[in-house]
Amino acid sequence: MQDDSLIIAGKSYQSRLLVGTGKYVDMDETRDAIENSGAEIVTVAIRRTNIGQNPNEPNLLDVISPDKYTLLPNTAGCYTTEDAVRTCRLARELLDGHNLVKLEVLGDQKTLYPNVTETLRAAEILVKDNFDVMVYTSDDPLIAKQLEEIGCVCVMPLAAPIGSGLGIRNPYNIMMILENATVPILVDAGVGTASDAAIAMELGCDGILMNTAIAAAKHPRLMATAMKNATLAGRQAYLAGRMSKKLYATASSPIEGHFI
Amino acid sequence: MIARTMEIFINGASHQIAVGYTVEQLLQYLDITTQRLAVEINKEIVPRSQYPSHLLQEHDHIEIVQAIGGG
Repeated sequence: MQDDSLIIAGKSYQSRLLVGTGKYVDMDETRDAIENSGAEIVTVAIRRTNIGQNPNEPNLLDVISPDKYTLLPNTAGCYTTEDAVRTCRLARELLDGHNLVKLEVLGDQKTLYPNVTETLRAAEILVKDNFDVMVYTSDDPLIAKQLEEIGCVCVMPLAAPIGSGLGIRNPYNIMMILENATVPILVDAGVGTASDAAIAMELGCDGILMNTAIAAAKHPRLMATAMKNATLAGRQAYLAGRMSKKLYATASSPIEGHFI
Repeated sequence: MIARTMEIFINGASHQIAVGYTVEQLLQYLDITTQRLAVEINKEIVPRSQYPSHLLQEHDHIEIVQAIGGG
């Protein structure tokens, strides 16, 4: 295949699968699953350091090195613009000025649906503050366009609620978002298994971001490989252009020359 | 002579430290200088370059954060 790289904020990536680092049983599993996924962009959360408790406990950044991966700090757990902006600024300091962030401002603990009005506000502040914002949002085409117009480098509609594994619940909304977009559109959250990733890519999404679908699998290392393959297969099928659907059969073998 | 102490809050918990500590001295005292961290005092980021010079004040609210697994 010719070069088919994904470009985000001017940087080119070969992998269209982005993965999270949460919910793994230990650092070894984290490292192996991330490695198997082939992901180049990896999300991390920003949390308080444990004071006085085991200062030698392994640090995620020793396993997921910023030299090897593009780190994408998220604002998970933030319910207000202020908290999300604070978290991004801490992340930028933590990562020596690295300004790529995943903005998510949540609205509700049960659904983890985005609070869209706060997300729009936070996006405006962060873009003005020179962040490259990859934004998690609902699958509303109008909001997706607004986030793009604000200057987000990437818009990431959910497929289904975070961690639900329900797959793409509204492919038609994703299609509308894709049709209007001039920035990369990544499905973020809600995929459950490899076919979900393939469907997202077949729709024409530029990439997909997932965590739980890999980490909560019975064998995360193997699921990471499955997701890598599904993302690539879906992308190739999209580029290949699928056949049109027909109600009735069309024989694959020629009728001419049949001897019965 | 008894060193004077003051109360500060680190990640939400109250601590007594000697008056006159810098951020750098605090991180040494907490034994976390080797970790990759970011520090915020009263909701303002303290750039790493200012750790040796930034003096802590009584009742400062200090957040010390790191990257952990997340999606």
